[in-house]
Amino acid sequence: MTPVATHTSAPTLVKGSRAARTTITLKILMAASGIVFIGFVLTHMYGNLKAFAGHDSFNEYAHHLRTFGEPMLPYEGLLWVVRVGLIVALVVHVASAYALARRASTARTQKYAVKKNASSSISSRTMRWGGVTILVFLVWHLLNFTIVKINPSGGATNDPFNLMVDTFDLWWMTIIYLVAMVALGLHLHHGTWSALQTLGLTGTAAARQRAKTAGWVVAVVIAGGFSLVPLFVLLGVISK
Amino acid sequence: MKLTLNIWRQADAAATGEMRTYALDGVSEDMSFLEMLDVLNEQLNAKGEEPIAFDSDCREGICGTCGLMINGQAHGPEVTTTCQLHMRSFKDGDEITIEPWRADAFPVVKDLVVDRGAFDRIIQQGGFISANTGSAPEANSVPVPRDKAMRSFNMATCIGCGACVAACPNGSASLFMGAKITHLGELPQGQPERDSRVVNMVGQHDHEGFGGCTNIGECAAACPKEIPLDVISQLNKDLRTALKHGH
Repeated sequence: MTPVATHTSAPTLVKGSRAARTTITLKILMAASGIVFIGFVLTHMYGNLKAFAGHDSFNEYAHHLRTFGEPMLPYEGLLWVVRVGLIVALVVHVASAYALARRASTARTQKYAVKKNASSSISSRTMRWGGVTILVFLVWHLLNFTIVKINPSGGATNDPFNLMVDTFDLWWMTIIYLVAMVALGLHLHHGTWSALQTLGLTGTAAARQRAKTAGWVVAVVIAGGFSLVPLFVLLGVISK
Repeated sequence: MKLTLNIWRQADAAATGEMRTYALDGVSEDMSFLEMLDVLNEQLNAKGEEPIAFDSDCREGICGTCGLMINGQAHGPEVTTTCQLHMRSFKDGDEITIEPWRADAFPVVKDLVVDRGAFDRIIQQGGFISANTGSAPEANSVPVPRDKAMRSFNMATCIGCGACVAACPNGSASLFMGAKITHLGELPQGQPERDSRVVNMVGQHDHEGFGGCTNIGECAAACPKEIPLDVISQLNKDLRTALKHGH
C-alpha cells in the first residue's frame, strides 16, 4: 500500500467572528436593496400606464414628478431624493452581488464532469447574468429617456410622450425593451422569494410557498405591466 | 446487469486526478451502490490494481460517512444516502459517472474520499450547548412545546454528509448550518448561546471557503434526510437577530 497524503490544509478555528462581516449580511444588504427596487419598478410601471390615458395625461404625470411637494420642496426636489436613494441601492446591490459571486466562483474550482439540476428554477440559475443584462439595459434606458434623451427615429426629444411613441414605433426598439422585461421578470421571480428567505421570513413550508407565489405575482405584474406600453405603441393603439 | 463506470481517480491530495472508465459485469439489482463498488474493487485487487477509495461506515443511512456524486446528483437519483441506494435504480447497460463531492472546503484526500473536517470545525464553533454535567435535572422543570420539540428533532436528523454542499452551485453549507441552528435554537437549552452560535458558525463557514446561499434549493432536493429550505430562513433570521444584538 502506497502512503497517502491525508492532511491537506492547516485547519484553523476563527476567533472573534462578527455578524456584520458574514456572507449572510451581504445577502441581507442585497435583499434590502432589492426590495427598494421592487418598490421603484412598481411605481415606475404605474406611471408608464398613464400612456393609455393619452398624451397630455402622460406628460402631466412626468412634469408633476418634478414639481411634487412644491413649494415645500424645490423643483425636482423629491425626484432627486428618490434618485439618490436608488443610486445608493444600486451600488449596494451590485457590490454585494459581485462579492458573493466571486466567493461562489472560488468555492468550487474543480467542476463536476456531470452535474444535474434537480429542483432549481431557470430564474434562480440566471440571476447573475440576468442582473448584468438588466444593468446594461438600464444604461441604455437612461440614455434613451433621461440623461441624453436619444430619439432613435431622429425626432424631437422635448416631449416625453412623443419620445416614447417614436421609440416604440421601431420594432427593434420594442424587442430590446421586451427582452429586458423578460430578464427583469426572471430576476424578480427568483429575487422576490430569495429576498424574503434571506430576511428570514419563510420559516415554515406555508410561508415558503407564499413567498414563491409572491415571486410569480411580482414578476408577472411588473414585467407584464411594463410590456403593455411598448406592445400597444407598436400595434398602433397608443399613437401621437 | 452490465455497467460502464466513469470514476474519479486521484492518488492523493496533492496529485492531479482524472476520470477513468471501468466495465463491470454481473451486478445484481439487489446490491447496494457501495456493494457494487466492492465488487469492482475485488476485481481490481485480483488484477493487482489499486482499489478505488471511498468512504463508508454504517451502511444503514444513518452515519453520514458515505457520499458520492452519482451521475451529477449527490447520493444519486433517490432521496437517500449512497449506501442505501440500490442498483435497481439503474438499468443494464447504464453508464454511471462517479465523482467525489466537489468543494474547495472539502479537499479530495484520495479518489472519492474528501476531507469534511470543515464541518467539524463549524460544529466546534457552536453546534453544542453548554450544560452542567452531573445529576440529571428534573425533566418537567423545562417544558418544551410539542411543535418545537418536533421541529428540533426533525432538523437533528441531519447527518452532516455534505450532500447539500456538493449539490449547491455556490458550494454553500447553509442547509447544514441551518439544520444545526434550528435543531438547537428551538429548544430552551439552546437559548443562552443562540447569538454567538450563529455568528461563530457562519464566521467559520465563510473562513473555510464555502460560498454564500442564493436560495436556489438544490441542497434541500439532494438532502437524504429531507431537511427543508426553511432552516436557511431560520439561519438568516438568527444572524439578523444577532446583528441587531450587536454581535
